Formats: sequence, C-alpha cells, structure tokens
Amino acid sequence: MSAPLVEVRDVNFAYDSRPILKGINMSFPKGKLIAIMGGSGCGKTTLFRLIGGAIKPTKGEIRIDGQDMHALDRQGLYEMRRKMGVLFQFGALFTDMSVFDNVAFQMREHTNLPEEVIRDLVMMKLHAVGLRGTHDLMPAELSGGMARRVALARTVALDPMLILYDEPFAGLDPISLTVVGQLIRRLNDALGATSVIVTHDVQESMKIVDYIYFIADGVIVAEGTPEEIRASDKSFVHQFVHGEMDGPVPFHYPGGDYRKDLGVSA
Amino acid sequence: MPIVKSLRTIGRRSINAVWRIGYATRFFGMTLFYSGLSFRRFQLTVKEMFSSGVMSLIIILVAGMFVGMVLGLQGYETLKRYGSESALGSLVALSLVRELGPVLAALLFASRAGSAMTAEIGLMKATEQIAAMEMMAVNPIARVVAPRFWAGVISMPLLAALFSAMGVFGGYVVGVVNIGVDEGSFWSQMQASVDFQHDILNGVIKSFVFGLAVTAIALFEGYDAPPTAEGVSGATTRTVVQSSLAILMLDFILTAFMFQGA
Repeated sequence: MSAPLVEVRDVNFAYDSRPILKGINMSFPKGKLIAIMGGSGCGKTTLFRLIGGAIKPTKGEIRIDGQDMHALDRQGLYEMRRKMGVLFQFGALFTDMSVFDNVAFQMREHTNLPEEVIRDLVMMKLHAVGLRGTHDLMPAELSGGMARRVALARTVALDPMLILYDEPFAGLDPISLTVVGQLIRRLNDALGATSVIVTHDVQESMKIVDYIYFIADGVIVAEGTPEEIRASDKSFVHQFVHGEMDGPVPFHYPGGDYRKDLGVSA
Repeated sequence: MPIVKSLRTIGRRSINAVWRIGYATRFFGMTLFYSGLSFRRFQLTVKEMFSSGVMSLIIILVAGMFVGMVLGLQGYETLKRYGSESALGSLVALSLVRELGPVLAALLFASRAGSAMTAEIGLMKATEQIAAMEMMAVNPIARVVAPRFWAGVISMPLLAALFSAMGVFGGYVVGVVNIGVDEGSFWSQMQASVDFQHDILNGVIKSFVFGLAVTAIALFEGYDAPPTAEGVSGATTRTVVQSSLAILMLDFILTAFMFQGA
C-alpha cells in the first residue's frame, strides 16, 4: 500500500459541548477512492468540513500530504486548498456565470494562463464529463445531473491531488447516478488523485470505491473493502447496506408509553 | 421567575446586538482591507456597476423627472403668492442638488439595488457558492463583496447627479414650458444661486456617504443572512428598512454640518 495522502489521527469534534466525532482515525492512501458512509446526522459532513479545513477539531490532527491542516495560517490553508477539489452537494455552481466561466474560474483566479489556453483546458474538462456542448449555457438552464457534472469539471479544473465529494449522488436519476459515479472513478484514476466521497448511497458507491468507513454516533463502527463490507455480519452494517427499517438504528424515536399517549388506560 | 426571565432576554438581545455591531464593523474592515482586487481587476467592479448602477437608471431617471415636475408645480404655487415666480429655477435646483437628489436617489437605490445585492449574496451563501469559493482558495470578500461595495459607492453619486439633472429638466418642463415662467430668469436665477462648492459638492458628498452606507448594509445583511428562504427574505427587508433609516438619519447629520446658519 502506498503512503497515505490524508491521515486523520484521533480527531474529536464538538459543537458547544455536544460531541459529534469521537476519536476518529483514518488513513487515505494515494490514488484510492474512499467512501465515508453513515446515516443522516452521524457526523460525516462534519468530518468532511474538517478535512477541508473549514473547521478545527477540538482534539487530534488531520495531515494532508504531511502537513497538519489546522496548524496552517490562512495563506497556508489557501495554498493547500489549491491542491484540493471540492464538489458540494448540489454542485454550488456560480449562478451569475456561464458553464464556461464556472470551469474557468479557478484557472483565471490562480494562474496567469492566456485566455486561449484557458479555453482549450475548459473545453477538455467539459469534454471529459461529456458536456462540451453546454459551455454557453447558464447553470439555471442545466438539469440537476448536468449541473453536477459541470461542477465535477470545475472541481478537477486545476488537476487536484485530493478531491472531496459531499453527497455527489443526492437527488440524481438512475442514469445520472451511474454517469456521475463512473466519472468520479475515471477522473480519480486519470488524474492519479485521491478521492473521498461522503455519502449515504450504499449501492452506487460500493460499485466504485476501494475502501469504506462507516460512521455512527461519531465513531467508526466498521471499515473495509466493498467485499468485506458486503460480507460483514455486524448488525449495523447489515441494516445499512440492506436498508432495513429496524435494527441497531431504531425505527421509533424514543417516546413515552404508547397507550398513555393514546389516552387508553392500562 | 418572570422578571429574571425577561432580564435574561434583554441581556441576551443586548449581547447579540453588540456582537452584531462588532461583526458588521469587522466585515466592513475586511471589505476595505481586501479591496485591492476590485481595482486591480477593475472589470469586476465595472460588471457590478452595470447591475447595480446602470440597471437602476430607469427608476432613477423617471423618478427624478416626476419629482422635478412636482417641485415645479408646488414651487410656482408658493412663489406666486410673493410675486417671485422668476425664482422658480433656484428653488427647483437648490432643493434637488442639496436634498432631494441625494436622498431620494439613495432611497431608490437602496430598494432597487441594495435589496438585490442582499438577496444575491444571501442566495449565494444558501446554495454554498460562497463556501465553494472559499474551498477554491478564493477569498469571497475580495472576489464577491468588495467589487459590489465599490460599484455601489461609485454609482451612487452618479445616479444622484442624474436624478437632479432630470429633476431640473422636469421643473423646466412644468414651470417654463407649461406654466410660462420666463425662461431667461428661470435659468439665470438658477445659475446665480447655485454655488458649486456649497451646493453641488456638498450634495455629492452626501450621496457618496449614502452610497457607502446603503452598500455596506446590503452586503453585510446578505453575507450574514441565515441560509434559508426565510432568512434571505428577512435580510432583504432589513436592508431596505435599515438603509432607508440610515439615509434619513445621515442626511440630517450631514445637513446640520454643511448648511448650519448658512
């Protein structure tokens, strides 16, 4: 196994005094596609924001390419983020710019490339996601799946070494789902990047990722390759992978006595 | 204990209010600090001047015209009583250049462009565009906020000047063309009574200050808006209300300094 690009060491995080993450340890090797899974509110988005350097852990450290993310000043953090690409849940395309300008955004902000070179690069990125023909359109004219693909092209605009995906499959139709999934895998391999997908879409991500971490209540409850996860006999993983209604994650939110609530005397 | 409860509420609200003032001041300071890009890449500011300034032109010009026409009618009615209809030109021009131009143009600017700025930035935040920019190592204050700020500050005096010019024209149409005030005295009285430094320059200073206040409020409210539909709509309303009050309050303060006893 190659040296890890991202190392999460004993990370704890709490909002006020409410603990969200408790002692998380992870390691993402270079060139791999990693999924972080868990139910809604399990802390996976918090972990995502921690890796992106948007928030600081209350304890522990996150090292990317050997650098402690949270020891960096603003300048250092920005330098690091230039090597990272982030795909937000609904794409977060800039609505006042065309598709072309969206993809060109980082190239114009961070490089001194002449406009002709930028044009070629943008066209290549858009071609890679199959949407070269949309370069003149505005984000509002795209379907949800297309917007996600344009956002994907924008995410990899500067050939990042680390790509973070926040719920890339949320709200997509089955075709777009497969397309986005395959693109994530292909782009990762073509760029030699490392990708981290935060998702709750089990079936789609199992098809493309190399390794999976399951988080529940702020701790890692299971981890392994997709095959190991499928074969897992842990009850939480079983419930999650097979989408069962009841199990370690209960169907009923804790409440008082049912009969009492209905006004029926015992 | 209801007293303790209400005291707590008062305390919490006061702390929140003070915290917000501090946050707004810091935001304003950051906007100024990161303004370099707005001038280095001036086309960013020009683009915003188009959407906030040029797109406000119609409302400003039409409103200016009507205000001038009303001034012409009302001014004539009053001046006629004292037999000084010939001073209509001075009355129209001075009212517009000193007061109505800067104040009304700023109020219109706040409701037309200020509210749009708040809604745009609020929605950019709600749809994670601001967060995305931050993650792309682009400072959103420098890239999104500062160009809009300077666009507003530059546009406001220009819009106020156009408002006043249209107002003078409206006064001329009603007073001279319609009612029949002597054209020569209309213009010559105006020329004699309007002083460049005392009247025009002070008017420009006023509209510059109003532009500063309106844009700063609009941008802060947008940036601070909770990322929900309700949050953005509340922020838009606050922009219009607070900017309008700020304009009228600042107008009094500035007038008191500029024209006291003169």
